[in-house]
Amino acid sequence: MMNHGKLTFKGGVHVPEHKELTEHKSIEMAKSPQFAYIPIHQHIGAPCDAIVNVGDKVKIGQKIAESGAFVSASVHASIAGTVKEIKPMFIPTGIKSKCIVIENDYSEEMYEDLKTNTLDSLTGKEIINIIKENGIAGMGGACFPAHVKFSVPEDKPIDTVILNGAECEPYLTGDHRLMLEYPEQVVFGLKAIKKILNVENAVIAVENNKMDAIEALKNVIKEEDGIQVLALKTKYPQGGEKSIIYAVTGRSLGTGALPMEVGCVVSNVATSKAIADAVLLGKPLYERVVTVTGAGIREPKNIMARIGTPLSELIEQSGGFSGKPGKIISGGPMMGIAQYYIDAPVIKGSGGLLVLTEEEAIEKPVLPCIKCGKCIEVCPAGLQPLFISAYALKNNHERADSFDAMACIECGACSYICPAKRPLTESIKGIKKEILAKRKKS
Amino acid sequence: MDGKVIDSNTNDQVVLDDMLIVSLSPHIRSDESVRRMMLDVIIALVPAMIGAIYFFGFNAIRLLLVTVIATLVFEFAIQKLFKKPIRIMDLSAVVTGILLALNLPAGTPWWVAVFGAGFAIIIVKEFFGGIGSNFMNPALAARAALVASWPGIMTNYLTPDGISAATPLAIMKSGGTNLPALQRMFFGDIGGVIGETSAVLLLIGGIYLILRQVIDWKIPVLYIATTAGVLLLFGIAPGNLIYHVLGGGLILGAFFMATDYSSSPVTPKGRIVFAIGCGILTALIRVKGGSSEGVMYSILIMNVATPLIERLTKPRVFGEVK
Repeated sequence: MMNHGKLTFKGGVHVPEHKELTEHKSIEMAKSPQFAYIPIHQHIGAPCDAIVNVGDKVKIGQKIAESGAFVSASVHASIAGTVKEIKPMFIPTGIKSKCIVIENDYSEEMYEDLKTNTLDSLTGKEIINIIKENGIAGMGGACFPAHVKFSVPEDKPIDTVILNGAECEPYLTGDHRLMLEYPEQVVFGLKAIKKILNVENAVIAVENNKMDAIEALKNVIKEEDGIQVLALKTKYPQGGEKSIIYAVTGRSLGTGALPMEVGCVVSNVATSKAIADAVLLGKPLYERVVTVTGAGIREPKNIMARIGTPLSELIEQSGGFSGKPGKIISGGPMMGIAQYYIDAPVIKGSGGLLVLTEEEAIEKPVLPCIKCGKCIEVCPAGLQPLFISAYALKNNHERADSFDAMACIECGACSYICPAKRPLTESIKGIKKEILAKRKKS
Repeated sequence: MDGKVIDSNTNDQVVLDDMLIVSLSPHIRSDESVRRMMLDVIIALVPAMIGAIYFFGFNAIRLLLVTVIATLVFEFAIQKLFKKPIRIMDLSAVVTGILLALNLPAGTPWWVAVFGAGFAIIIVKEFFGGIGSNFMNPALAARAALVASWPGIMTNYLTPDGISAATPLAIMKSGGTNLPALQRMFFGDIGGVIGETSAVLLLIGGIYLILRQVIDWKIPVLYIATTAGVLLLFGIAPGNLIYHVLGGGLILGAFFMATDYSSSPVTPKGRIVFAIGCGILTALIRVKGGSSEGVMYSILIMNVATPLIERLTKPRVFGEVK
């Protein structure tokens, strides 16, 4: 047994979870959409180039876009059918990306060239290659190409792999259901990551509001060496990279540093399951679990949806809207992105589709800061959001920077707790972009 | 954009164009509100107000009514005059009014109370930017202004029986030994401003505020402990120490005045420095100074030092080495 941290972190907030809406609902297969709109730029890194043309027939799992760049993940067809057009569309991250539009022929034909494997027959390098070829990107939301994360330079020794099953965002239960329903695959993916990095110790870290998932994982790891399941305190943002590394190992990750600098690699449980599917079945990342939930949804559920499915179809398959929707969010309520265009497609990082009712979504009036200091108490990054925000709203980058604006992890805890309803996180996000732009210039 | 979704139950098409709210995350907010926090402070002051009315009768009712009405009227008028949003509903002016009344001797004339309310709201609060921007506790600053302007009125402490009497701390300061019984100190049957006399009623309110997480327990606890500790160092007899803790407005000041948000540090370490500073100054004034109480000036001095304390006690950014 390895030593571990305190199973929690400093700061943070307790947010009403609302997970009861979907946590006991098994993952349901979504209907195959009539059209899939598959963005070729879903993640941080270089956009892919389409390798199919309008009119081409494609099958499920067939690679349709790739990039020669290292920091990039391939894109695959999620339905079988014909490429109708390639056009720019808004995707849930708010950017415009070229999308390959495929019309479904409902044959559900799988691509023939999918290669099955076992872990023993593969080297670490080969596993990395499988991950890249199958387009696996971090499914916790950032969508960082997974093979890049696992390609650790040799001068950075890694001693711990952390599988992030915290799922600290309220409402979301997709990771929870995956751990409960597919614990073998989650653990298999972790073993693959361990093999790539040649690491002895691995931890699956789960918030203690998911004891059934913890039990399921513990059952699977009985036979395994060097993997333990840790129950972390339920507190937002426990699943943040810095918070979880600190909770598990007691190590503190500085601003801008990567986990490898403290000997850790952190990966999401859904990514791990996707790696298992890629290695065992040769299955590319063309579908993922999306929690469709909120008071604005008639039948909240966890859906296994194809990448490229319009969000509106998931809403429809969840019984449609309940009442008048006020806000539609891709992701969770703390860090998700509000949508304007509800036909935007599901992407690899879409863990949730949250619909808030009009009442829930209406913004409360912003009052002057009363300097209660609650934002400082909850900030997991040790910042003083009230001051950074005050400078940000005056567009004073220098002062905002001197108050360490760049260390903000944008978790939203300060805005959540603020009794004056001030846009703390929101303004800090804005000034961070300006500080970065300024740094680039000079 | 053809933003529409078919409602599977009714076959109605819900058209979403221009209906959805789009904003940056986070998308949910806690139930905390400024008004609720101020309401909590008012609730916490209810026992002390009831005590004041019980001990000082009509005088206490009169002062509470005059100051609360005056602070509300002044705040409304000045915000109207300056064409600022009217914010009297956040109840912060009510808190200032109550605290001011509790800091007045029972015999204070109504016009002195009104002057104090005006000074607190207009000069200390609104001239510096309104709620959250005052650099001193408005009620305390007003009391200081009143003490400087009408020292006779402001130090003429009446006992609950309506007789002018020295406070226990003044008796000790002048070397007297005719101290009231301890339980009278605790329950409030002594001379002083109308809100400071009953330690137990103030403590009930203070504990409520700590439990509701409206105030940081460190400020009152460290303030009182530091005062007691430094007084011991100065050679105050341990037997008299309890009079120092229960008297002189220390509990009122430590729980309700030193914890004022905008005039005390926001940083966790800064709050510790602030509380200890208040404690040292209070003890110093009581032992070496001319006044027998010292709470008011200690807090006001530390209020002014707050920006500096905040700058020197910046929290450590997570992951950065000291």
